[in-house]
Amino acid sequence: MAKKILTTPIKAEDLEDINVGDIVYLNGYITTCRDVAHRRLIEEGRKLPVDLDGGAIFHAGPIIRPLGDEQYEMVSVGPTTSMRMEKFEEEFIKQTGVKLIVGKGGMGDGTMRGCRDHKAIHAVFPAGCAVVAATCVEKIEDANWKDLGMPETLWTCKVKEFGPLIISIDTHGRNLFEENKVKFNEKKEEAIAEICKHVSFIK
Amino acid sequence: MKKEEAVLRLTDTVAKVVAYTGKVLPDDVRKKLQELGKEEDASLSKVVYEAMFKNQELAIKLNRPSCQDTGAIQFFLRCGANFPYINEIEEALRASVLQATKDAPLRHNSVETFDEYNTGKNIGKGVPTIFWDIIPNSDKLEIDTYMAGGGCSLPGKAMVLMPGEGYEGVTRFVLDVMTSYGLNACPPLLVGVGIATSVETAAVLSKKALMRPLGSHNENERAASMEKLLEDGINKIGLGPQGLTGKNSVLGVHIENTARHPSVIGVAVNVGCWSHRRGHIVFDRELNYTIDSHTEVDF
Repeated sequence: MAKKILTTPIKAEDLEDINVGDIVYLNGYITTCRDVAHRRLIEEGRKLPVDLDGGAIFHAGPIIRPLGDEQYEMVSVGPTTSMRMEKFEEEFIKQTGVKLIVGKGGMGDGTMRGCRDHKAIHAVFPAGCAVVAATCVEKIEDANWKDLGMPETLWTCKVKEFGPLIISIDTHGRNLFEENKVKFNEKKEEAIAEICKHVSFIK
Repeated sequence: MKKEEAVLRLTDTVAKVVAYTGKVLPDDVRKKLQELGKEEDASLSKVVYEAMFKNQELAIKLNRPSCQDTGAIQFFLRCGANFPYINEIEEALRASVLQATKDAPLRHNSVETFDEYNTGKNIGKGVPTIFWDIIPNSDKLEIDTYMAGGGCSLPGKAMVLMPGEGYEGVTRFVLDVMTSYGLNACPPLLVGVGIATSVETAAVLSKKALMRPLGSHNENERAASMEKLLEDGINKIGLGPQGLTGKNSVLGVHIENTARHPSVIGVAVNVGCWSHRRGHIVFDRELNYTIDSHTEVDF
């Protein structure tokens, strides 16, 4: 099967045929964007220094090696826990027009609504695989809000076949992790009942 | 050996261990991941394991930290009361983190609280964190180095149960963490459980439990049986790699315990991610050392 590759700027129709559980790759640009950047836009009302309309963000805080003269090398960059941005993400999608959000683990109902109503997707990059991701980065093109320090700076990266990206929220209202959670919780109750048969140590 | 020379030697050796553990997983973790990976047959689980193994190869080949989140470094010490450089240890460990931050390089992960700025050095108030156990009549220094990212620190939880809730309550407490925060914390996880009296005693034990080698068991027979019950139970939940479902959810479950006050059961959970970056080094009084977490290592 041929690799499904998205290219920025991404249009809503590019995402129509993509469903949860699919695997895609990205060509073009992706900007790291995490806790404080979300807070600055949504709570502080500050304008993001990067235009994300049709673009992609990466919930990630990389290790960067400065090369001098505003040039940087991407050493390691893997996804961080996306759920930390859940509080802001629906509004973030609405305000920025971002089309692809890459991170780790699932996100909640707000992001699902944002993705459904404004045609965007959330995808998981296999976490802990930061060298795989870094080798997909051809160049760091821009660095904004550097006052936030290395992990939280908005690093805009030119990427080639960045992935695998496993779709966890699609534009059709489906949320893979939330669907899995229902199954996990059912199995958890069975597991607890089984363990409790053997741990009545206080008698 | 002069004190200054000893500090330099300790600093340099620990800095190398810390930098190395950010790039190469310990022997026991590598072996366990191979075993677990072979058992997965769903396509998404396979894609994830393939990426994990490829990543670890690339990290060695390119000499880079395998995960970008190199943690706020922690050291767990078992220091002989007669170790000749006991007074120099803290200074040396802080210096070693500074050196590893530059050499590895490590991500800057120390944000001063309240003033809310990143020090840019991985050093701050109380960071790196050093946990001391003094061993009487010994002249050795044993150190577990640990690099826990934010992702696997996030699920950490401690509370005090009433005895009526019993070990059944402990079971629910642990499994609830797995299905809420655990699935986002990069499974397969190493799960550490502390059982004691109050939150701080249970919490420290739950973290120390993560320093035990994989495959080790609690010396108490009932505790060891509960480790196995929890391991099987959490595997049955089916979190799989990255919480994308699969046959295995954990690298293991380790319980550490002390006696408790009769009125309470303090319980805590800490998890380590699949990229469980632990190092174990033992110095003798001459500062000769052995690293038994990574047998291939030779600085």
